[in-house]
Amino acid sequence: MSEQGCFHCGITIPKNEEINFDEKKFCCNGCKTVYEIFSLHDLTCYYDFEKSPGATPQDIAGKYDFLDNDAILTKVLEFQEGNTSIVSLNIPHIHCSSCIWILENLNRIQSGISISQVNFPEKRVRITFKSDQVSLKEIVYLLSSIGYEPYISLENYETGKSNVDRSLTYKLGVAFFCFGNIMLLSFPEYFEIKEFWLDNYKPFFRFLIFILALPSFLYSASGYYVSAYHSIKTRMLNIDIPIALGIIVMFIRSTYDMLMDHGPGFFDSLASLVFFMLLGKMFQIKTYSFLSFERDFKSYFPIAVTRINSDTSEESVPIYDVLKGNRLLIRNQELIPVDGILISEKAEIDYSFVTGEAVPITKKSGDKVFAGGKQIGKVIEMEVLHSVSQSYLTQLWSNEIFQKKVNQKHKTITDKISRYFTPILLLIAFAGFGYWIFIDANIAFNVFTAVLIVACPCALALTAPFTFGNILRIMGKQKMYLKNAIVIEQLAKVDTIVFDKTGTITTNKKSNISYEGKEIDEENLILIKNVLRGSNHPLSRMLYDFLPETIRIKVDDFEEITGKGILASVENQTIKIGSASFLEQSELQSSEIEKTALYIKINDVYLGRFNFKNQYRDGLRTLFSTLSKNYQIKVLSGDNDGERATLETLLPKNTELIFNQKPDQKLEFIKKLQEQGQNVMMVGDGLNDAGALAQSNVGVSISENVNVFSPACDAILDASEFSRLDYFLNLSHNAIKIIKMSFILSLLYNVVGLAFAVTGNLLPLVAAIIMPLSTITIVSFVTFMSNYFSKSNLK
Amino acid sequence: MSVIYLLISVSICVAIGFFIAFIIAVKSGQYDDDYTPSVRMLFDDETKITPQNNNSPTEEKQV
Repeated sequence: MSEQGCFHCGITIPKNEEINFDEKKFCCNGCKTVYEIFSLHDLTCYYDFEKSPGATPQDIAGKYDFLDNDAILTKVLEFQEGNTSIVSLNIPHIHCSSCIWILENLNRIQSGISISQVNFPEKRVRITFKSDQVSLKEIVYLLSSIGYEPYISLENYETGKSNVDRSLTYKLGVAFFCFGNIMLLSFPEYFEIKEFWLDNYKPFFRFLIFILALPSFLYSASGYYVSAYHSIKTRMLNIDIPIALGIIVMFIRSTYDMLMDHGPGFFDSLASLVFFMLLGKMFQIKTYSFLSFERDFKSYFPIAVTRINSDTSEESVPIYDVLKGNRLLIRNQELIPVDGILISEKAEIDYSFVTGEAVPITKKSGDKVFAGGKQIGKVIEMEVLHSVSQSYLTQLWSNEIFQKKVNQKHKTITDKISRYFTPILLLIAFAGFGYWIFIDANIAFNVFTAVLIVACPCALALTAPFTFGNILRIMGKQKMYLKNAIVIEQLAKVDTIVFDKTGTITTNKKSNISYEGKEIDEENLILIKNVLRGSNHPLSRMLYDFLPETIRIKVDDFEEITGKGILASVENQTIKIGSASFLEQSELQSSEIEKTALYIKINDVYLGRFNFKNQYRDGLRTLFSTLSKNYQIKVLSGDNDGERATLETLLPKNTELIFNQKPDQKLEFIKKLQEQGQNVMMVGDGLNDAGALAQSNVGVSISENVNVFSPACDAILDASEFSRLDYFLNLSHNAIKIIKMSFILSLLYNVVGLAFAVTGNLLPLVAAIIMPLSTITIVSFVTFMSNYFSKSNLK
Repeated sequence: MSVIYLLISVSICVAIGFFIAFIIAVKSGQYDDDYTPSVRMLFDDETKITPQNNNSPTEEKQV
């Protein structure tokens, strides 16, 4: 039975640590407690939907004390009136149907909660509760105690109610309503049945069609008029100009035809055109609502910290109220929000969010600590040097690149084509008009309008949205999440790729541990392993997991000297594990001491040391050698050049390696490359890459867990798919190829339509056939091609 | 013959009715989350089974 995991969370239970309760096996007391809570409230159904769905609850004592502060509370709450409060909490652990079920049945555990509703794609739960019966803090504690700890960050502090923009849905709804009804009503016209009965009602039908076309023309298509107006104003010809022109001409000509009783007009084509184009727009928008591409430091930073007042009392204060000279209390796993000086004797600070470095850094009393680090271990005290906005890391966001909202800094491929398309179209229209005006003025006007109507680049405008929309989905399925469709075009243009080193091409999940020194025999291995078992230091934990499983023996004497190492005795042997200075090993060269390592000494005999090195991601070498054929590759690192030799053997010869780069230097580096005319893709991970990611043409953030942390960027790539970066780049090239092919196809349709138009033969029926036909063929063509390319590239 | 005016008008009115229903549905946020409800609807049966222990005493009281 031991191969079966914990009943609650599913992890494999180590031998001798199994807890049996209620005929079920648990890995720890935390999981058992959650099960007890659930069985007490009749909620064990939780385990029926999904096998082992739970998470082990974390210790959060004191972490949410700030929720007692009313000022903070009102900022976090979405709604509050009388006794009813509503809060929307982000819970990263939400991952299966069991989660939805338990979170929507919270009222059975806590009667103060009236309704809780889960939004699964956004990983949010919206809780309505009676504030006189239960406080938000109690709810947060309840959620944490069952393994669903919410994620409350500084971001929650500023966002009030988020307004969802649903205008496109409305427009699409209106367009579809008009399109469907107009099609029905124009059916009799298509067959031109010369029947007295139908002819009688023609004016009535046409009037209804006209009325129905109005909302589509005035409301649904309004976006195109606005966009066309803007593009004329900025003198940049985009595709919306011929579209807007086509729609307006179509409407005027049709109204004229109807009033003069020339025919039924093109209202049906107009409605279908508007509908299909909006559909394309809708298809292009694929949002990953559980991801955020706009994150800055605010989503990492806690909302409040504990301040120690001069009378030694503790108080939760909002982070913005922290001033220079304040003393702060940072607990285990809490983020340091500001730069400061360490007062406590020692701290272990994990900077993995900032730099991607896996191994925590040890700081001594009096050392400077920088914002963004996470304290691991004991509670520490620090004195504030700078307020939040002036700290080393957060200053990066005052760079202008974060200030300006760049809406469309790039010209899209469609816009490029339309630069030629629009003038040619107008030329043909006028030429046709000029030719016919000498023959028949009436036909001349017909030809002029018909050209503009039929050439309306509906199919052309649909090509890009459908191709990109489809590629976006294909990439999303393979764990490359793009911010929007424009990113695909940018990906195809990239010629230089800049990689961050730590956390990007190395993994921050596991370190590569190597041993240097005398051989360790079986006996000593048992000693080391057992001594390490008692230590909570991150390096000890890593080494403990790395060493092979041994038998257990009793450790007689164990002492952990903070900042130095472990002193223990087992079976009358003294074992020292720790830093070089702790072991007083004078023969070690000072340059080697800089490496992160654990030194081992048994009975005063120096054995050797375990070096902790970053592990490079799998497939790195092949990826770089493939990429170097088509791209310039550069590696930027915030670290010193200790790894240069290793990297040079691993990477292709022409790779440029630059070390000791500060966050703003990374940004400048990208800027310089761009000034040389290069299209730069930045691949990074931590907050220190945020500037470079924003500056680059395409910023790709590598994330071990896409739900939680990634700085603002254009694309988020799941770390497990890192080695397939070249596949995604290839796919983007193919997308452009597909678009070019289908442009040719849609231009062919335009030529056919124009042939009808300039000869003065464009009947409403012909337009009604050509337009949907071209749309459908284009859409199916690009869908088929993009799926084909995505598969063929896989091989 | 003029019945066609009536029929078409009625059919358009019905269509408008559905259109309004659609607008209301969008406005109330029904289309914002298209996944969770599909899971939630499967729960109803399960929740009825579990509270059996809770319900039985109340039923006895009623008898």
